[in-house]
Amino acid sequence: MNRKYYGKVIFELSKPGRTGYYLNSNGCDAHIPELPDTLLRQTPLHLPEIDEPTVVRHYTNMSANNFGVDSGFYPLGSCTMKYNPKINDELCSLPGFTGLHPMQPADTVQGALKAYNDLQAMLSEIGGMAEFTLNPYAGAHGELTGLMVIRAYHRSRGDLARTKVIVPDSAHGTNPASAAVAGLKVVEVKSLPDGTVDVEALRALLDETVAAVMMTNPNTVGLFEYSIPEIAEMVHAAGALMYYDGANLNPLLGIARPGDMGFDVMHINLHKTFSTPHGGGGPGSGPVGVRAGLEEFLPNPVVVIKTPDDDDYFALDYEVEKRPGSLGRISSWLGNFAVELRALSYILSLGKDGLAMAGSLATLNANYVKESLRDLYKVAIDRVCKHEFVFDGLLDKSTGVTTLDVAKRLLDHGYHAPTIYFPLLFHESLMIEPTETESKETLDEFISVMREIAREASETPDVVKGAPHDCPVGRPDDTAAALNPIVSFHEL
Amino acid sequence: MAHRYFPHTPDDIKEMLGKCGVETLDDLYADVPDSLRLKRDYDLPTQMSESQVREYFTDLAEMNRPLTCFAGAGFYDHYTPAVIQAILSRSEFLTAYTPYQPEVSQGTLQYIFEYQTMMSELTGLPVSNASMYDGSTAVAEAMMMCVAAGRKKNRVLVSATLNPIYREVTDTYAGYHGVTIETIPESGGVTDLEALRSMLEGASDIAGVILPTPNYYGILEDYTGVADMVHAAKALLVMTAPASALGYIRNPGEWGADIAAGEAQSLGMPLSFGGPGLGYMCCTKALMRKLPGRIVGATTDPSGQRVFVLTLQAREQHIRRDKATSNICSNQGLMALYAAVYLSLMGPQGLREVNTLSASGAHYLADRLVETGAFELKYPGKPFLNEFVLRYKGDTSLKDFMEVSAASGCLAGVCIAEDELLVCVTENRTKEEMDRYVWRADTFSKAQTPLFTPEGEKTF
Amino acid sequence: MIYYSKTHEYARVEGNTAYIGISDYAQKALGNVVYVDMPEQGDDVAAGEEFGAVESVKAASDLFSPVSGAVVNINEALIDNPRLINEDAMTNWIIEVDMTDLSELDGLMDEEAYANFCSAEKH
Repeated sequence: MNRKYYGKVIFELSKPGRTGYYLNSNGCDAHIPELPDTLLRQTPLHLPEIDEPTVVRHYTNMSANNFGVDSGFYPLGSCTMKYNPKINDELCSLPGFTGLHPMQPADTVQGALKAYNDLQAMLSEIGGMAEFTLNPYAGAHGELTGLMVIRAYHRSRGDLARTKVIVPDSAHGTNPASAAVAGLKVVEVKSLPDGTVDVEALRALLDETVAAVMMTNPNTVGLFEYSIPEIAEMVHAAGALMYYDGANLNPLLGIARPGDMGFDVMHINLHKTFSTPHGGGGPGSGPVGVRAGLEEFLPNPVVVIKTPDDDDYFALDYEVEKRPGSLGRISSWLGNFAVELRALSYILSLGKDGLAMAGSLATLNANYVKESLRDLYKVAIDRVCKHEFVFDGLLDKSTGVTTLDVAKRLLDHGYHAPTIYFPLLFHESLMIEPTETESKETLDEFISVMREIAREASETPDVVKGAPHDCPVGRPDDTAAALNPIVSFHEL
Repeated sequence: MAHRYFPHTPDDIKEMLGKCGVETLDDLYADVPDSLRLKRDYDLPTQMSESQVREYFTDLAEMNRPLTCFAGAGFYDHYTPAVIQAILSRSEFLTAYTPYQPEVSQGTLQYIFEYQTMMSELTGLPVSNASMYDGSTAVAEAMMMCVAAGRKKNRVLVSATLNPIYREVTDTYAGYHGVTIETIPESGGVTDLEALRSMLEGASDIAGVILPTPNYYGILEDYTGVADMVHAAKALLVMTAPASALGYIRNPGEWGADIAAGEAQSLGMPLSFGGPGLGYMCCTKALMRKLPGRIVGATTDPSGQRVFVLTLQAREQHIRRDKATSNICSNQGLMALYAAVYLSLMGPQGLREVNTLSASGAHYLADRLVETGAFELKYPGKPFLNEFVLRYKGDTSLKDFMEVSAASGCLAGVCIAEDELLVCVTENRTKEEMDRYVWRADTFSKAQTPLFTPEGEKTF
Repeated sequence: MIYYSKTHEYARVEGNTAYIGISDYAQKALGNVVYVDMPEQGDDVAAGEEFGAVESVKAASDLFSPVSGAVVNINEALIDNPRLINEDAMTNWIIEVDMTDLSELDGLMDEEAYANFCSAEKH
C-alpha cells in the first residue's frame, strides 16, 4: 500500500473535449427516432470527460491507497478474509460464461446450468442439506431468504401464529434486521458466562409463537455451541425450525455439518468460506440450503434436471413448471453467477482432502494467536476457540488505550485491523480471525507487533492514541461527516 | 497433507499445537459432541490441479453457446471497455473488505463517492447509496422505503407495465413485510394514468407508487403531472429505469420522483448469465435517512486533508438492528467501481452515443421486420428507445422461429407471449447482424416446414 | 416539575403541556448527537411508545414518550443543530405534547429517584 495519499476525485481531472471511448457507426443514423422533447433529458449531464490513459492512472493511484488480502494480513473477525485464488477469477471470466444472456434457451446454457447444479450439490454435501438455491446475492440476502423459507413452511401448515425469531445476544446485527424485513419479531436469548446460549433461558422462550431459532455455530465469540443437539431437539419439539447463519462455517469444514447438528435451513457466505473476493463490499453470494422436506419452499427460479431418465439435461423451472410451494422470487435470475463459478473452482481446487484441512488449520491459527497474546490482552472467554476469538481490550486497563487505538496502531504496522466493538457482549471487543491461509511466520510477526503495541500502551500511550501516524490519511472526522453529509462531488 | 493454499508445514503445525497445549488438530475440537462429528470424507472429488480445474471449466463453457443478443428485458449487451476489467482486477480493490478502516480504504471510499455522484447525475436525485444487489431487489427495497417513510401506510401501487420479474420480487418482499401491492392497469402498453388518479383519490394509506421508464415493453411513457398527483395523496413516487438510458431520457428527478431504483448492468457490464449486475438507489435529501445500504461522505482528517468515510451509519442494520429500513449490508461494491470507470471513459457524449446508436438500430430493425410482413409492432406509434414488442404473423410458430434463430447463433429476443417478442438492440449490434435477422424472419415466416434451417447460415 | 422515564426521556410539565427530551445522562452516554428523528406536528404519541430516535455517529437510540397526547410543537432548532442536545439536553426539548392523561405522570420518576436509577445502572 502506498503511504502517500492520492486523494483526487475523477471529476477534478475532467476537461471538456476529452474522450475515453470510440464507438463504430451502425449505419442507421437515419433511423434515430424523433422523440418528444418532454420525454428527453432536460438537464445537462455532468459526467467527467477524460482520456483513457488518465482514467487508468487515476484508478491505479487510487487503488494504491487501499489494503486488500493480497496486500497483507487481514484478521477481520467474522469476515473470513482468506486468500482469494487467482484461478477462480480466470475461470469465471471465460467468454463461454460472461457472454450468456440470462434468458437464453436452456439448451444453449447447459454448461452454466450444470455449474449451478454441481455447486448446489457440493454445498448440500458440505452443509448436510438436501438442496441449495444459489439465488441470494449476499449473506444478508441469504438470511432473508432462509427466514422466508421458514415462514413459507409454517404458512403451508396453516400455522400462522409463529411470528417470532429467537436470536442469541451475541448474534450478528444483520440477524434481527433480516427478521424484521421478513415480517418477524426478534426475541433475544442471553448467553451463559462461558459464551454459549443459555439453554434454560431458551427453553423458557419456546412456545407456539416461535417460528425459528437463528444461531451461528461457532458463535460470534468463536466458541462452539456444544449444547446444540439439545437445543435442536427442544426447538423442534416446540414446532419451530433451526436456522444456521453460515458466516462462521469455515472452522467446521471437514469436522461437522450444520444439517447433522439439527439445523433445518442455512445460508453460506461464498465470499467467506469459499474464498470469493469481497470486492470492497460485494458482489458476494449467500446460497441457502434446506433439509429434506423443505425443498418446495425454495425461491424461483430453480435449476432442475428435466427428465428423470436424462441426467444430462438441465432446465430452469419456468421451462418446466414453477414450484407451487415456493416462497416466491427474490432475485432477477440465478444470483451472482460469476461469484458462484469462483466458489465452484475453489471447491474443486481444494477437493475433499483440502477442504477437510481448511477448518482445522483456521482453528489452529486462531488458537495460536490467542495463546501467544493472552498475557497482554484480556481473553474475553477462556476456552479453546474455533476460527476466531475475542479479546476484551488490553489486559492493563490503566493506560486509557482503547480497542480503537490498538486497531488504528495496527494499520501503521501494515496490518488490517481486526473487527472492533463487536460482539456487543464486551466493552472493548477486538475480534481476530486469522484464517488458514496465513503462515506461522505471518502470525509470529503479527503477534510481535501486538506485543509491541501493548508495550507502547504502557510506555508511550499517546503514540497509540494518536494512531495511525503512517497511513495515507489520519482518523477522519466522523461527526462532521454525519452532521453535514456531503455525499456527492457537487456538494464539495 | 500439503496444499498450495495452506502455508503450514508439519513442523509448523506441531510447534503451534504445542503453544496451544494440545497434541493433535483434533484436540482443538474436543468440545464438539462426538455424535455431531463427520466421520467420513466428503462425497466430493479429490483435489484437482490447476490444469484439471481449468479443463473442467472449459468443458462447461463449451457446453454453452453465447448468442448474438437481441434480448434485453432488464439485462443488456452493451460495449465493455477493456480498461474496466484491468482496473477491477487490481487486488487492492478486488480483495478488500467493506471500508470500515478509512485510513487504509481511501481507494474504495473514493470510487464509491464518485459512483454516488454519477448515479445522482443520471437519476437527477441528490443522494445515492453505494449500490444494491440488482434491479429487482432495488425496486423491492424502494417499496419498503416508501412504507418506512410513510409510517402506518402500507399500500403501494405498481404499474402493470413494470418488468414482471421486478414485480415478482417486489411481491415476495411485500408478502412477508406486510405490505399490500396493487396493480395500476395498463392501456395500450402504457400505465393508465386515469386509473391511477382514481386509485389515489381519497386514499390515505398509499405509501408509494412505482412506475417504469422506459417500461417493460420499451415504451417511454409520458408521466406529465403524475408526481403532483402522487404527492397530493401524500405518497412517494418511485421510478425505475435501466441506468444507461438515463443519459438520454427524462430522468426520475426531472419527472418529480422521490426515489429512483433499478439496474445499472447496462453500464457496460457483461451479461454473465444474469449476475453480477448492479442495483442502484437514489433519493431526495428529505429521504436520505431512510435510504438503505452504505453511503460514503466527505470529511477531513486531523491534518485537514479532504478524506472519505462511511457515513450516516446509525441508520444501518448493524446499529439499528430490527429498526433499520433494510437488512442490506455491503452488496455489489466492486460493480460500483465498474460503473464509475465506465462512466468516466464514456463521459456525457459517450453515453448519449450509446443511446442514439441503440435507438437508431432498434428503429431500423423494427421498420425492416415490419416491412417483411413477418411481424407487426404491438404498440404502433408509441415512442420507444431501443426495445420494442413485436407480434409474429408468420405461417410458422414464433417458438420455432426462436429455435431456428438460436441454431443460427442468434437470440432473437425474449418471448413474452405465445406470439409476442420483446426485441432489444444495443450499440453492439451491427447492421449485418440486423439484416441477417430480417432475412431469417422473412424466409422463415414463409416456410412450410417448421424446423427449416436457412441455407447458407452457420448452424450448430 | 420534571419527570423521568426508565428509558431516559424527561417530561418537563407546565399545566397540561409536557416538553419531552432526553436526559443529560442519556446525552452523555450517546456522545455527539448528529441527527434527531422527530414526529410531525399534529401526530399523536402514546406513553411508552416510540416517537423518534436520536443518532450519534455510531449509535442510535429510540425515543419513547413518557406521556400520551398530541404533538403541538417540535423543536425545529434541532434540525439544523442536533448538537444542542449535547450542549444542554434539559433546555433543548425535542417535542411539546398536549397531555391527555395527567395520571400517567404518577408512573414516572422524580429528579432524585432518577438519579438513583442512573447510578444503579452504571454498576
